[in-house]
Amino acid sequence: MEPLLKLSHLVKHYATQKAVDDISFDIQKGSIFGLLGPNGAGKTTLLRMITGIFYPDGGTIHLDGKHFDPLLDIREIGYMPEERGLYKKMKIGEQALYLAQLRGLSKAEAMERIKYWFEKFEMQSWWNKKVEDLSKGMSQKLQFVITVLHEPKLIILDEPFSGLDPLNANLIKDEIYALAKKGATIIFSTHRMEQVEEICDHIVLVNLGKKILDGTVADIKQQYKEHIFAIETTHPQLVKDNTLFTVLEKEEKNAQKVFIKLSQTVASNDVLKYLIEQQIPIISYNEVLPSLNDIFIQLVEDTHAKARAFQHI
Amino acid sequence: MHKIWIIIQREYTSRVKNKRFLIVTFLVPLLMVGLIVGSAYFSFKGTEERKIAVVDPNGFFKDKLKNSKQLKFEFPTDVDTSNYKEKGYSDILLMPIFDGERKADYILRSKKSMGFTLQEKISSKINAAIEDQMLEKAGIQQIVLDSIHASAQIAELKAYEDEGKKSKESNAALAMGIGYASGLLIYITMFIYGTMVLRGVMEEKTNRIAEVIVSSVKPFELMLGKIIGIGAVGLTQFLMWIIVVITLTGIGMGMLPDDIQNQVQQMQQSNGQMGAAGLAQASESAKNVYAIQHTLATTNWPLIIGCFLFYFLGGFLFYASLFAAIGSVVNEDPQDAQSLMFPITMPIIFSYIITNVVIQNPNTPMAFWASVIPFSSPMVMMARISYGVPTTVPYWELALSMGTLIGGFLFTTWLSAKIYRTGILMYGKKVTWKEMIKWAFAKS
Repeated sequence: MEPLLKLSHLVKHYATQKAVDDISFDIQKGSIFGLLGPNGAGKTTLLRMITGIFYPDGGTIHLDGKHFDPLLDIREIGYMPEERGLYKKMKIGEQALYLAQLRGLSKAEAMERIKYWFEKFEMQSWWNKKVEDLSKGMSQKLQFVITVLHEPKLIILDEPFSGLDPLNANLIKDEIYALAKKGATIIFSTHRMEQVEEICDHIVLVNLGKKILDGTVADIKQQYKEHIFAIETTHPQLVKDNTLFTVLEKEEKNAQKVFIKLSQTVASNDVLKYLIEQQIPIISYNEVLPSLNDIFIQLVEDTHAKARAFQHI
Repeated sequence: MHKIWIIIQREYTSRVKNKRFLIVTFLVPLLMVGLIVGSAYFSFKGTEERKIAVVDPNGFFKDKLKNSKQLKFEFPTDVDTSNYKEKGYSDILLMPIFDGERKADYILRSKKSMGFTLQEKISSKINAAIEDQMLEKAGIQQIVLDSIHASAQIAELKAYEDEGKKSKESNAALAMGIGYASGLLIYITMFIYGTMVLRGVMEEKTNRIAEVIVSSVKPFELMLGKIIGIGAVGLTQFLMWIIVVITLTGIGMGMLPDDIQNQVQQMQQSNGQMGAAGLAQASESAKNVYAIQHTLATTNWPLIIGCFLFYFLGGFLFYASLFAAIGSVVNEDPQDAQSLMFPITMPIIFSYIITNVVIQNPNTPMAFWASVIPFSSPMVMMARISYGVPTTVPYWELALSMGTLIGGFLFTTWLSAKIYRTGILMYGKKVTWKEMIKWAFAKS
C-alpha cells in the first residue's frame, strides 16, 4: 500500500546546528504513528516541515503519492502544536469559526461542523464564552476540535493529553481511534511512553536530529528484549545462578517473584525444563519485555541531548 | 488572498467592537477641544505683570518708555538695587548715562528671572525710546511722532501667493496651524496604531496561536492582514473624529450669542465687503469668527485631507511593519519590547522635532530632504503642504515624496516579513540586533 506520508532524506539546518539531519520514514494510511524523542531532538522542526511552516533545506516530502505543496495541501492537515494557543479575548464560537475558515472551510460548512463537534463534546454552552474563562482541560478540548474540524487526512497531535483529566483524556483517545478507523492518519508526538505503547501502531524515535529507531511497537520490543524472565514460585530461594541463567534482583513487594536473565543462546523452554527438573513449584513463568520507556532511556542516555536543549534555536 | 481578507476582518471587527475604541473615538476630540480652549484661556490669564523701576540718571528715557499690559515702567527717585523689592517693584532697570552716541549697556535686575520674550520686549521698547529721542533731537516734534506711530498701525499685511496668473490670499498663521495639527495627529496616531500592531503580534506569539495560524496561512499573510486590519481601524477612527468635530463646531456656532451670529451671516452674504460703516458696527468677536470661517473656507481641504490620508496610511504602513518585526522577536518580557522599540520610536520623535522647525521655515533644504525621506516625510510633508501646493511644495516634490514613501513601506514590509517569519516561532531566546539583520538579509 502506498504510504500517506513519505519523508525522504529531510534536512533542516539552523545557524548553529543541524536540527534535522537526513531523516526518512513512511507513515501508512490509517495508522497511528508515534514520533518520539527527547527535548530538542528535532521533533518540532520535523513537524513544522510536515505542516509546511518550514521549508526543508534538503530532501522531499510526499503526501498521498504527490509532492507536498504547503499551499494546496494545508487543507489536508490538522496540526495541534504542543504549545497551544488561542486568542484569550475572543469568543469561543467565533474563534473556532475563524480558524476553520483560515483552514479553507466556507462559513456555512464551518458552522455546521462546529455545531456537530460542540454537541459531541457537550460544549454548546461555551459558544459566547471567552477562552480566558476556560480551564486548561477545556481549552485543550476546544483545541482538539479546532484541529480536526476540517476533516484532515493527516492529523498531527503534539502532546494532546497534557493537562487533561483521565475522563477527558479517554474521550480524546476514543476520538483518535475513531478518526483512525475512518481513515485518517494520526501522528502523535509525546514523551509519555505508556501512552505511546497503548495507542501507537508504529513509532520513530529521533535524537540529535537523526532517526535512531523505526518500527512497530511489538517489533521494537522484540528487538530490544534482554531475555529476562519472571518466575513466580512458592520457593524463590531455590532459584540460583547456573549455566543457563543468572538471578537478577528479587522483587521486594512480591517475595515470590524472581527475575532471571538467560545466558546467550539459551532457549526459554530449556530453562523451564531445568526448573521443573529441580522441582521448583512454578506458579507462573513469562518473558519480561522492556518497556518503551526503558528503550527510550537506554538509547537517548549518554548522548548530549540535555546540552542540546539549551542551544536549540 | 481570500485568507488575508478573513484575517483583516477579524483584526478589524475585534478592535472596532471593543468598548475602548468607542471611548477613544469620542473622548479624543473632546480632549482636543478642551486642550485648545484651555491653553487659550491660560495664555490669556496666565501672563505675568512686571512693575519695573527705571533708574535713569540723566532723564534720557523719562516718558519715552511705553507701558503695556505686561510691562509698567516707573521712574521713582528713591529706589536702588538694594530696596526695589521692598518698594513693590518686581525688577529694576539701571540705565547708563546715555548721550545717544556712545555704546552703553543697561542692566536689568529681577526678583524672579524674566522670560526671554519679555526681555526681548523690553529691549525693543528701549530701542524705540532711543529712536524717538534721536528723532526729537533731529527736530521732529512729539506730536508728529505720535501721529506717525498711529498711522503705522492703519496698514495691515495682506500676503498673496502668485501661482501662474492667479494669486490668492495666503494665511501663514492658518497654514501653520493646519500643518502643525496634521503633523501632530500623524505623530500621535503613528504611536497609537504602531504599538497596537506590536501588541497584537506579541499577543499572538506569547499565546502560541501564531503556530496554529501559520500552519494554515503564510506568516506574511498573517502579518499583512494584521497591519491592514489595524490601519483600517485607524481610518475608521479618523472618519469618526471628523464627524464628531464637525458636529461639535456646529453646536459651538449655534451657542454663540444671536447678534454675533447675525453679524457673521451678514458678513458672509456681503463676502466681507461691508463697507466701513458695517465693519465698524460688527463687534470684534463677530469679525474674528468671520475671519476664521472665511480662511477655513478658502483652504484647499480636499487636497489637505487627501494628502493627510495618504501620509497617515503611508507612514503607518512604513512603521507598522517595523513594529510587527519587533513584536515577533519579543519574548514574554515586556521590557524587551521597550528596548527593542527604541530604534523605531527614535526616528518618529526626531521627525516630530523636525516638523516643529520646518513649520517655521517650509522652504529650507532640510525641509525638502525631511519631506522626501520616508522616515520623516509623513509628518514633515504634511506641515509643508498646508502652506500651499504647488507654491510652497511643487508637484514634483510631492510626487517624489509620495513615491519614496511607497517604496519605503514596500521595503520595510519586505524586510520585516523576513524577521517576522523567523521570530514569530522562536521562543526562549533573547534576540540580538545582529541576528535580526541576519534573518532579514538571509536568502529565500
